[in-house]
Amino acid sequence: MSHHNDSAKFLVGVYDDDEVVLKAVTEVKSAGVRIHEVYTPFPIHGLDVALGHPRTRIGIAAFLFGLTGFLTMVSLTYYTMGYDWPMIIGGKDNYAYPAYIPVMFELTVLFTALGMVGTFLVSNGLGPTVKPLMFDLRSTDNKFVMAIDLSKNKQSEVEIASVLRASGAAEVNVKQF
Amino acid sequence: MAHTHSIPSLDEQFEFTAESKRRLTIGIIAGVVLVGIGAYLAAKGGGGHEHVEAAHGAAGHAAHGEAAHAAAGGHHEYKWTTRLWANVWVNSVYFTGAAVIGMFFIAYNYLAQAGWSAVFKRIPEALPAFLPITGVIMLITFFVAGHDLFHWTHEGLYEVGGPEYDPIIAGKKGFLNTPFFVGRMIFYFVAWYALWRIVRKFSLDEDLEGGTEYYEKSIKYSTAFLVVFAVTSSTSAWDLIMSIDTHWFSTMFGWYTLASWHVTGLAIITLVVVSLREKGYLKAVNESHLHDLGKFMFAFSIFWAYVWFAQFMLIYYANLPEETIYYRERFSGYGGIYKAPFFINIFLCFVFPFLVLMTRDAKRTPIILKVACWGILVGHYFDFYTNIMPGTVGEHGGFGPIEFGMILIFACAFIWSVSAQLAKANLIPKNHPMLEESLHHDI
Repeated sequence: MSHHNDSAKFLVGVYDDDEVVLKAVTEVKSAGVRIHEVYTPFPIHGLDVALGHPRTRIGIAAFLFGLTGFLTMVSLTYYTMGYDWPMIIGGKDNYAYPAYIPVMFELTVLFTALGMVGTFLVSNGLGPTVKPLMFDLRSTDNKFVMAIDLSKNKQSEVEIASVLRASGAAEVNVKQF
Repeated sequence: MAHTHSIPSLDEQFEFTAESKRRLTIGIIAGVVLVGIGAYLAAKGGGGHEHVEAAHGAAGHAAHGEAAHAAAGGHHEYKWTTRLWANVWVNSVYFTGAAVIGMFFIAYNYLAQAGWSAVFKRIPEALPAFLPITGVIMLITFFVAGHDLFHWTHEGLYEVGGPEYDPIIAGKKGFLNTPFFVGRMIFYFVAWYALWRIVRKFSLDEDLEGGTEYYEKSIKYSTAFLVVFAVTSSTSAWDLIMSIDTHWFSTMFGWYTLASWHVTGLAIITLVVVSLREKGYLKAVNESHLHDLGKFMFAFSIFWAYVWFAQFMLIYYANLPEETIYYRERFSGYGGIYKAPFFINIFLCFVFPFLVLMTRDAKRTPIILKVACWGILVGHYFDFYTNIMPGTVGEHGGFGPIEFGMILIFACAFIWSVSAQLAKANLIPKNHPMLEESLHHDI
């Protein structure tokens, strides 16, 4: 969750190389500095592990969305075809559930897909009205960017800047939102 | 983590020990003994029944024929040996699939130029060596017991105006006749086996000489195999399984059998990889490889269920008697003896792997993978059992010494064949161009 904080002040280390930034994450962390986030133009294998991110729970969310969709359609078909207005179609039982398995499947998939998109947007702070924190535009092109939230760290700005430089940052900038 | 791999030695020679050979031999002997006991019991118990059946047949052959058509696809007198041959057929079909899927796996991985699977490619590569064995067994079975297993082989069905004339089956004569059928069977096994031999030879030569030339050639022959298999996987399913219930047909059946075979083969590949890893081989196979194999099994269990249901639902919904008879026989026919296998099949092939393999951790845990593999392997035995048994032995089916013994014989022979192939070459394809990528596989 990236909450919008009016007086947030960040130190931004800009790296030229994916291997360097991956190594830098471990070094910066072992110097006792808390990293806000690392932004890269492409996924780097092992970066999430190095940052110590907890495992995503989107799978659990997906399962629950799917289950919701499935139960919604079970209820809807049962209510309409089996309970509210039972009809005999093709000589079958009123509630001939095999015939409704396709729609149950479809709603499971639909709820899962839409629910996961929604979860993704919310958990990454990408809602339509949310203004994302952009630390350095070049992180969408050819630079690897490490952001440090100064308010979350005890060390001084100068100390952290030197840790970033020592870990291989080509530039260290200050970014205020 | 991609950057902290330490790659172990790539020289691994699988040893097919005398101890394993001894165990497999005991297994086969135990299987033969079980089948012998079962056959003795069946011959003793079935004798009286055969009498009744024969008398009944003599009393009103035409009427009996009609009833049998409706119920069992029309077998005349039941002989106890039919159950023996039907069991041979079930296991042959099962292990033919398991074997040919090895080549299928190799082929689509070459065609997709997949890198991740290179490190364990010797395992799928070892499976198709069993094809000649099942091929020969099936041909012998067809010549010895074709009349008992395949209703369409009876000459009388095609005599216009004869007492046994069956216009529906007679209409299928262009496809279902003995010379064409035997020719097709020979073609399947020869084509599958020959293409595997070629790609296998490239693979072994590549180990010695290196270079990318063998890789390029393997892609070509793999493509050829996939073209052949695209057609023959369907037609072999019609021939080997669907033609047993001669009146009935399903346009989904080819896909359905391919899905069964494929997920069975994937479970065998995974099981062998996990077991070899436990024995200290294949140290270069990491959790990501297992994760991907688990995903493969998970995905194709769902695919199997999808095709199973697609076939079932159209028949259920249309409710045409000549189609629903297939499910009637399995669901409530013959005193309901096929109802349990029918539901065990759905449970073990879909519900069980779907729930067990859903999470990421499950697919990375060898013991859970093994449990899922066994579920799938047993489940798909029931798949072929429910497809083949009702149309061949009908109410005389069941689970006894013959069934268990026959599984034991085929399984031990299959393990023997795979182990012998694995021992023939280095377990890791040292000069495979994609090996480096596979060693660093990280998801």
